[in-house]
Amino acid sequence: MIRVEHPNDPSKDYGTPSPISHNDIADKADIDTVTGTIDGVEVTVFKGTSVMRAAAIADINIPKLCATDSVKAFGSCRLCLVQIEGRRGSPASCTTPLEEGMVITTQNTELADLRRGVMELYISDHPLDCLTCSANGDCELQDMAGVVGLREVRYGYEGENHLDEVKDESNPYFTFDPSKCISCSRCVRACAETQGTFALTIENRGFASKVSPSQSEDFIDSECVSCGACVQACPTATLSEKSIIEAGQPEHSKVTTCAYCGVGCAFKAEMKGEEVVRMTPYKNGEANRGHSCVKGRFAFGYATHKERITTPMIRNNIDEQWQAVSWDEAFNFAADKLKSVQAQYGRKSIGGISSSRCTNEEVYLVQKMVRAGFGNNNVDTCARVCHSPTGYGLKQTLGESAGTQNFDSVEDCDVAMVMGANPTDAHPVFGSRLKKRLREGAKLIVVDPRRIDLVKSPHVQAEHHLKLLPGTNVAFINTMAHVIVIENLYDAEFVAERCENDAFNEWMEFIRDEKHSPENNEKVTGIPADEVRAAARLYATGGNSAIYYGLGVTEHSQGSTTVMGIANLAMLTGNIGRRGVGVNPLRGQNNVQGSCDMGSFPHELPGYRSVADDEVRGTFESAWGLNLDNEPGFRINNMLDAAVAGQYKGLYVQGEDIAQSDPNTHHVEAALKNLDCLIVQDLFLNETAKFATVFLPGASFLEKNGTFTNAERRISPVRKVMKPLAGKEDWEVTQGLCNAMGFEMNYSHPSEIMQEIASLTPTFTNVTYERLDKEGSIQWPCNDDAPDGTPTMHLDQFVRGKGLFKVTEYVPTDEKVTRRFPLLLTTGRILSQYNVGAQTRRTENNTWHDKDLLEIHPSDATDRGIVNGDRVKITSRSGETHLTAVITERVQPSVVYTTFHHPESGANVITTDNSDWATNCPEYKVTAVQISKVIQSKKNSDWQNQFESFTEKQLELADIEAEETS
Amino acid sequence: MIANTKQQAVLNAIEENKNLEGPLLPILHRIQNDLGHIPSEHVGDIANALNLSRAEVHGVITFYHSFKSEAHGKHIIEVCRAESCQAKGGRAIEAAVKAKLGIDYEQTTSDGAITLEPVYCLGNCACSPAIKIDTQIYGRVTEESLSDLIDSIKAGQH
Repeated sequence: MIRVEHPNDPSKDYGTPSPISHNDIADKADIDTVTGTIDGVEVTVFKGTSVMRAAAIADINIPKLCATDSVKAFGSCRLCLVQIEGRRGSPASCTTPLEEGMVITTQNTELADLRRGVMELYISDHPLDCLTCSANGDCELQDMAGVVGLREVRYGYEGENHLDEVKDESNPYFTFDPSKCISCSRCVRACAETQGTFALTIENRGFASKVSPSQSEDFIDSECVSCGACVQACPTATLSEKSIIEAGQPEHSKVTTCAYCGVGCAFKAEMKGEEVVRMTPYKNGEANRGHSCVKGRFAFGYATHKERITTPMIRNNIDEQWQAVSWDEAFNFAADKLKSVQAQYGRKSIGGISSSRCTNEEVYLVQKMVRAGFGNNNVDTCARVCHSPTGYGLKQTLGESAGTQNFDSVEDCDVAMVMGANPTDAHPVFGSRLKKRLREGAKLIVVDPRRIDLVKSPHVQAEHHLKLLPGTNVAFINTMAHVIVIENLYDAEFVAERCENDAFNEWMEFIRDEKHSPENNEKVTGIPADEVRAAARLYATGGNSAIYYGLGVTEHSQGSTTVMGIANLAMLTGNIGRRGVGVNPLRGQNNVQGSCDMGSFPHELPGYRSVADDEVRGTFESAWGLNLDNEPGFRINNMLDAAVAGQYKGLYVQGEDIAQSDPNTHHVEAALKNLDCLIVQDLFLNETAKFATVFLPGASFLEKNGTFTNAERRISPVRKVMKPLAGKEDWEVTQGLCNAMGFEMNYSHPSEIMQEIASLTPTFTNVTYERLDKEGSIQWPCNDDAPDGTPTMHLDQFVRGKGLFKVTEYVPTDEKVTRRFPLLLTTGRILSQYNVGAQTRRTENNTWHDKDLLEIHPSDATDRGIVNGDRVKITSRSGETHLTAVITERVQPSVVYTTFHHPESGANVITTDNSDWATNCPEYKVTAVQISKVIQSKKNSDWQNQFESFTEKQLELADIEAEETS
Repeated sequence: MIANTKQQAVLNAIEENKNLEGPLLPILHRIQNDLGHIPSEHVGDIANALNLSRAEVHGVITFYHSFKSEAHGKHIIEVCRAESCQAKGGRAIEAAVKAKLGIDYEQTTSDGAITLEPVYCLGNCACSPAIKIDTQIYGRVTEESLSDLIDSIKAGQH
């Protein structure tokens, strides 16, 4: 068998996709090959490769229009015709697979005539405005006209044509100009195959054929989700980015990593000078495989938004005006304050919070500054409020605080159980990859109180939608395990060989108990017994079963317990340690995994190693040249509690907006007001910064070098494409502050920080910038035991040796419904907005979602006399806020839902400070509430009114200064 | 009330055919038969029932001339414009039918009785020129026989 290299030149379009899956390529599986001769060149390719692709691999480029290698061959444009010896006619090379011994001619007079004839027809109905067209320089039609040597159009241009078709400019990011359309269907196919939304079709037939979003609607009103796949696939100017229409074609580009969700898509930042004119998904990105969503593809305008603050600012208290100062003044002012706080209240009275939106290198420096510069372990990160239970639960059971697979793994999955996650909104590119696998026949179990889009959408239908009541995850997961054990569907061999026996036996005794039976737990979870039984059977016997979960699992009082229950379930059924299976936490932010890896938790040094471990701490002490505290420091919630109590007085917050994102806003605000020194480093004057006395301007992902680590443990490069607007990258800012504190740091480039990380962290030993440049990305662990990185973990044994079953007793949350608070509020995200919205609210993404809404079931609405669009009051034990109601059956009766993208919504005024027993991850997903209609004059709650006036005042205090300095 | 009837017809058509292999065309045929068109406001119901997008259903409806998105006349007269019929005087028939009805192609008479449509071959070439009224094909049509046919429609005899 001849070994065929898989060609992957990202700048080349091979015309049709590879017939071989990513996983087979990675496995270097033995795949049959065929050899043919194309224009006298012998070509050997994988069996199933089209003649067009085979030719492209041999650098013989057959003219084409409707073919592109991101979608299946279609055979409609008739430009790629070839001749095959011994066959009649001229078949399309895109739809003809290469066969053994084929002899193919791609260029001769006859073919040239045919192609010119085809091209002539296209051009007879196409505007001849190439010089002023937005696609000039990036148009395949133009290229092909050149390639086929079109010199005249005998038909003239006077006949019936489409040149007067009207542009659709309804989408804020791209236009649809049907006058330039050649009806190649690439957009329609990309929407179906790549994105899986099926929002486009060709309406009518023949001459009347036209691309139609939904039912001849404008793009914005149609089923389109604005992922950009159609724009990417369009060979002409028909679908064009508005930014390109405005600015013209880019002149250079750099590959970088998206700064939105934990999928961590690779993008090409396409530039004109220092201006990003377009972000296009990078074809060789292994997380996204050339796909994107509306956030990463289009919502990058926040980076240059007018509200960016670009000078350091200080003030003595929050009622004072901000003063713009130099960096050094700001550093010294902040350091003096922190030092005087320490002098008065003790070494442990200050601390820092790092951000999952910052790079690994920056996060590493924050924890280093706190541990070495502040002299304590009071460092925490925003993962505290999202995936800390994942870190804890997976470490306990499997031995490593990370997901077990890569995203390609989904291509081999037979049953996907999606629990407390909403991939098509929150991790859209993974959502599309999952949907693709579902269309191929994989089965889906959705565990969610709410009907997410995956439950039922075009060509996708969940086998089971288990609508559990918020807060009953553990009861559910135990029921699944109980059924699998009682019905003897578990993988006894796997468990005996790979897991700790005693713990397993103890767990078996626990789980066999009748109290976990579907019938018993039906009362608790609300899931019909038959339904959960069927789902358990499917998960246990359906082939490769993978669990994908999100914050609906972690953000509970028993978040860690559920994570361990999930790990139990995977071990029990042997669904771990190979491709297609596993435990897959879908990380919320781009660098949640990385920020945890980098030692952001108060009890752990980089690589999840205890600060109390003398040997580990010793390596850091000798590298950093000082003694470190061996006692864990404060978690975020401890910091806030201590601040309210007056014992914690100084806080450095990098890139996190705790005033908006953390639960129980009243408590957070009280804590922030009580600090003597709050230093905020951010792009914008965010909600937290309104309580700050030092503001250090941050740099967006476009303005700095570094790395992000996504949900698959994939370390990907972030590359600087423009100068930091404020002059410093975030790591330089931390370094400046740290030096002012008296602990010297002298890095000149983030690569030096990575070098230090690699030297001190066993899972990162072999990670270098040189390798990242060469290989694109690396999945940790990457060390001498795993020199190529680790796409799938726990292959032959678990990281901790044997897998550990943990007993997961269900303990109902204290947050119970009562007569006063009879409904359960749960929170989530929407596609167009991201997290607290600091970025996406400053883009056109607001077109889709300009305010948070309260979803309520028709029966609950009727009981309260609420109709669609009514303003309603939501009251919980913590507080109250007002939102606009939308009545929908997406939520079940007695459950209401909202998002938290807009600060004025005050979603966290309502959430309580209940939290996970192990990690203090807040219980955002369960709050008992009451809903009632309010009169229009009481549009806002008292908190919202206060918020409005406080915000107005703070903006004034900043704006005035900002204007004077500009 | 009418809206309810329409929706009921759509839901009935879905219910009766949804378990067939390839149920979309039978559903569309049934709705077309029952309502004379496929109301665009109910395309979402069809899409939802079959787990398709609205775009996909719209693509199929608009691909076939026989599926109408809007209500048309009570009767449809289709006049063949293909080669054989043209060779046998079809153009005169076209002109005559337009003159008699006072409408052009793709239009409906003001009383809502008749919609006129062109068609490209009815498979009745041996008896050109041909027209079709609703489901019935007529061959060797003359201006006189055409006029009689139209009169009989108007008299409610068709």
